[in-house]
Amino acid sequence: MKVMKIYANELRMHIINMLTESGSGHPGGSLSAAELLIYLYFKEMNIDSNDKDNANRDRFILSKGHAAPVLYGTLAMKGFFNINELKNLRKMGSFLQGHPDMKKVPGVDMSTGSLGQGFSAAVGVGLGCKMDKKTYRVYTLLGDGELQEGIVWEAAMAASHYKLDNLVAIIDNNGLQIDGTNNEVMKVNPLKEKWESFGWKVIEINGHCFNDMEAAFAIAKQTKGQPTVIIAKTSKGKGVSFMEDQVGWHGVVPSEAERVRAIEELGKAMGSL
Amino acid sequence: MNIATRESYGNILIELGGENQNIVVLDADLSKSTKTAGFAKKFPERFINAGIAEQNLMGMAAGLATTGKIPFASTFAVFATGRAFEVIRNSICYPNLNVKIAATHAGLTVGEDGGSHQSIEDIAIMRSLPNMSIIVPADDIEARQAIRVAANMQGPVYLRLGRLGVPNIFDSNDTFTFGKGNLLKKGEDITIIGTGMMTHRCLEAADQLEKAGIHARVINISTIKPIDEEIIIQAAQETKHIITVEEHSIIGGLGSAVCDVVTNYCPVQVIKIGVNDQFGESGTPEELLTKHGLTSENIYHTAKRVVNI
Repeated sequence: MKVMKIYANELRMHIINMLTESGSGHPGGSLSAAELLIYLYFKEMNIDSNDKDNANRDRFILSKGHAAPVLYGTLAMKGFFNINELKNLRKMGSFLQGHPDMKKVPGVDMSTGSLGQGFSAAVGVGLGCKMDKKTYRVYTLLGDGELQEGIVWEAAMAASHYKLDNLVAIIDNNGLQIDGTNNEVMKVNPLKEKWESFGWKVIEINGHCFNDMEAAFAIAKQTKGQPTVIIAKTSKGKGVSFMEDQVGWHGVVPSEAERVRAIEELGKAMGSL
Repeated sequence: MNIATRESYGNILIELGGENQNIVVLDADLSKSTKTAGFAKKFPERFINAGIAEQNLMGMAAGLATTGKIPFASTFAVFATGRAFEVIRNSICYPNLNVKIAATHAGLTVGEDGGSHQSIEDIAIMRSLPNMSIIVPADDIEARQAIRVAANMQGPVYLRLGRLGVPNIFDSNDTFTFGKGNLLKKGEDITIIGTGMMTHRCLEAADQLEKAGIHARVINISTIKPIDEEIIIQAAQETKHIITVEEHSIIGGLGSAVCDVVTNYCPVQVIKIGVNDQFGESGTPEELLTKHGLTSENIYHTAKRVVNI
């Protein structure tokens, strides 16, 4: 797991650097998902950057598409494209669009950005997999604010109705959104009871703990007849002291001075790993 | 025997489903009305009911398309294009996924259900989306061919289908060509362009006009997007007056599409016959069509008025 922690730390540095360079984007919700993406792409999922269109590969859909930096950083580290491309995030003509574009980025299984729709598409992918009697698994990451979208519940109903045990939804439960905390804006809790009542297997974990993830994904693999949701308790802005659990860092990028501070902190953390 | 284009859809779907294992069908609890029920019975493992959840209907269709399936997503036009609009925009059109939206009960001929169910804006909304193709078949023959073409082409397609039985204007020798209008009757005095079930009424009006010594050209435009500019420009150049007829608002539909072409290349007068920026209401289909001037009589009188100026 130490290697994974190093990867997550490296991913955080990529996120900070690419966002300061681009001048816009979403640091908070990207940083909170670093461990989750590293675990999925380096441990859990059956994918190969040299065979990106393999019909039997596992799929990942970033339903919280604004966290594109965490996906782009992970894909680059995994070899889907050159790390040097990250500095072109959000630039005109770059394939690294503000929200993931499947037509442009190798390794992206669905274009997302409009909340809830990635999850709905993931249900469709799960259905396609079952129809083909294939055994690949479908993973999708949602935000907790995203759960306010009605389509999420339409999709949750459908996934359960169609017994999609090949589908694992992960909720990046950092408790914050743009106008405030979830509780201030529009309560989404209780999450566990909601998802259980929709027929899902629910597992709650610490979203920054790899051991928790290992146990959770193992249970998900063994769960039959129903989809699984992993509610991952996370810290928005995790890894950068002045961003952690702060509402204000949803869609504001670090200045050059702030970038330097952040990279210094992450560097120190790297050193102690 | 008048066959509704939704019926044509139900029938051809079963044929296509038998020919291509990749075709899957989704519905939103309306399969008896949309006629996808036939496919559902024959190929239950390839039919997905989304329940009364049109946004998820389209989202799931998009996801299925990424796995190589050819999804036909069906519900009433008002819900398909309205309720699920942004899902069509962001999950189907933006990534250019191979989803076919077969929307039935379009227009006023929904009838008694009333204004909440009568889509008079669906063509306008779909036109505004990049990557979306739009086909409005005029009869059973055209519908069967067009839906087959839609299944075999790449990219998002919106198929506008009706509840009401319509007389055939084509026969088995005619071929539907995507993107091409049909010159149904030659004439040099005025052009009448119809789409969907209105084309038949345009032909009826043209017959009446002949008796009055007016030679009307009649064109059927079933592919609204990408529209056949050539046939329209030629009509503008050669006949100088155009009337368009559609079971849709005069804002944003066939008439507007024709105006877009004509004003750009050969500005002539275009009179749009359609719903005049109003919602529908309960009534029989015929009463509603009459109220909104969608009759061969009104087309005839309009043409006479235009030509006799």
